[in-house]
Amino acid sequence: MSKHFGDFKAVDRITFDVNEGEIFGFLGANGAGKTTAMRILCGLSFPTSGQAKVAGYDVYRQQEKIKKHIGYMSQKFSLYDNLTILENIEFYGGIYGISRGEIRQRGDALVKTLGLDKEAKKLVGSLPLGWKQKLAFSVAIFHRPRIVFLDEPTGGVDPITRRQFWDMIYQAANEGITVFVTTHYMDEAEYCNRVTVMVDGRVEALDTPARLKRQFQSDSMDGVFYQLARKAKRTSD
Amino acid sequence: MMVEVNNINKTYNEGEITAVNNVSFAVDKGEIFGLIGPDGAGKTSIFRILTTLLLPDSGSARVDDLDVVKDYQEIRRRVGYMPGKFSLYQDLTVEENLRFFATVFNTTLEENYHLIEDIYQQIAPFKTRRAGKLSGGMKQKLALCCALIHRPQVLFLDEPTTGVDVVSRKEFWEMLRKLKQQNISILVSTPYMDEADLCDRIALMQNGSIMSIDTPANIVESFPKNLYAAKAGDIYTLLKQLQGDEVVESCFAFGEALHLTFKSDQDADNTVKRIVAEQQLDDLEISRITPTIEDSFIRLMRENATETETDGK
Repeated sequence: MSKHFGDFKAVDRITFDVNEGEIFGFLGANGAGKTTAMRILCGLSFPTSGQAKVAGYDVYRQQEKIKKHIGYMSQKFSLYDNLTILENIEFYGGIYGISRGEIRQRGDALVKTLGLDKEAKKLVGSLPLGWKQKLAFSVAIFHRPRIVFLDEPTGGVDPITRRQFWDMIYQAANEGITVFVTTHYMDEAEYCNRVTVMVDGRVEALDTPARLKRQFQSDSMDGVFYQLARKAKRTSD
Repeated sequence: MMVEVNNINKTYNEGEITAVNNVSFAVDKGEIFGLIGPDGAGKTSIFRILTTLLLPDSGSARVDDLDVVKDYQEIRRRVGYMPGKFSLYQDLTVEENLRFFATVFNTTLEENYHLIEDIYQQIAPFKTRRAGKLSGGMKQKLALCCALIHRPQVLFLDEPTTGVDVVSRKEFWEMLRKLKQQNISILVSTPYMDEADLCDRIALMQNGSIMSIDTPANIVESFPKNLYAAKAGDIYTLLKQLQGDEVVESCFAFGEALHLTFKSDQDADNTVKRIVAEQQLDDLEISRITPTIEDSFIRLMRENATETETDGK
């Protein structure tokens, strides 16, 4: 799959598969083309050439189907601060066409699992950031999507909450939801089943963290990433 | 001392939100001092108080031996400030931005060029490009040049590396080390715990309070327990099992390994042997390791936790 903006090859002939229930890390330096690729996979933009399918749907012809079957969460796009927790759940559940009865039932269960019973009727804006992010993730998978896209979900979050967040990711993957995640924390790359590293629009590496470390003779993903991203020409642009 | 902070407090929403809670610290001449902590720790409020953009509720602070309330005008001449949010003029070119900031501080680009030369050379090929069209790494370098152009005594850098990739982060810290050699004092904040080791001294912050202040080496050294790393093929199952083991005090994922402490370090070797035997994972390895700053941060957070939420078990 490629995406060009004029002469600029933002995404340059990338090829990969993500398995069902897999936690797939999507890494790259700033400007490597991650966001452009993710926008296509989320049905928000068309590729210039090549093929891609998400949850079995074609990125050219079935964008609306894709949107129905994916979840999305980023550090920036979160929930509505001036709605309560339950109102946010109701709103997102409603958008994805879940019935009122089911929203109520599953919403109550969700609030209990998160330990937010007492806060359920409080405005989301009053919650600490860590809770907001955990809630945002739960809302992103509330409609039980086949795959969830997480764009730097743990940026700025404290180290304990970051780990609790990954607990939730593992749990979702165990329930069969495929997880597609970007991060700047290289220890989190280790938590993925497989990792890609994009450099200048291309996929320069794709394997399990263990095999990548062996291939690049490094004892951490930090070292692997550094070796690959250092070669980038585009970061200076 | 270039920066002295004494019992600063700051609240918002008529006292409803405590942003800074009784914070004191000092930064020496030519020192790189790091405020390390997640969003909401109070880092930005401290920066804004020290750069005279915000008044504290109580407490006092001095910058270059000037009072942040009384002498605010003079302080503004002597400090360089790089806010967390990119705040240069997007419609001006790289060079125009630099000349603008030099003029505002009554100097010229040429006069202090030697200070920014190393950094400016990296963005000079784009000097006619508008700042708004630069990549994240380039914007960061330009912002640093603009904060330096009037030869400040103290640099305040609020999360300069947030959202920046590993390569650019390394380059940025390389630049800070060079500035330190020019005897400029640097107060820098970051949410990335691995950057703490690059500071001379650090304050670990959470919810407006400082949990610990020291050199990174001393903070790690004062970790009160033996720390062990456990590795296995199925790390997630191992994590759940160890968190459920009653001899385990804490167990957290750290990249490819789990870091764990035991309730008691007496007879720890046998505890390790017992766990390895019980888990029946043929690829399980447990070994004693030196803690990192992140281990210390998590430990301090747990010790300070009043909310049950941040329990690692």
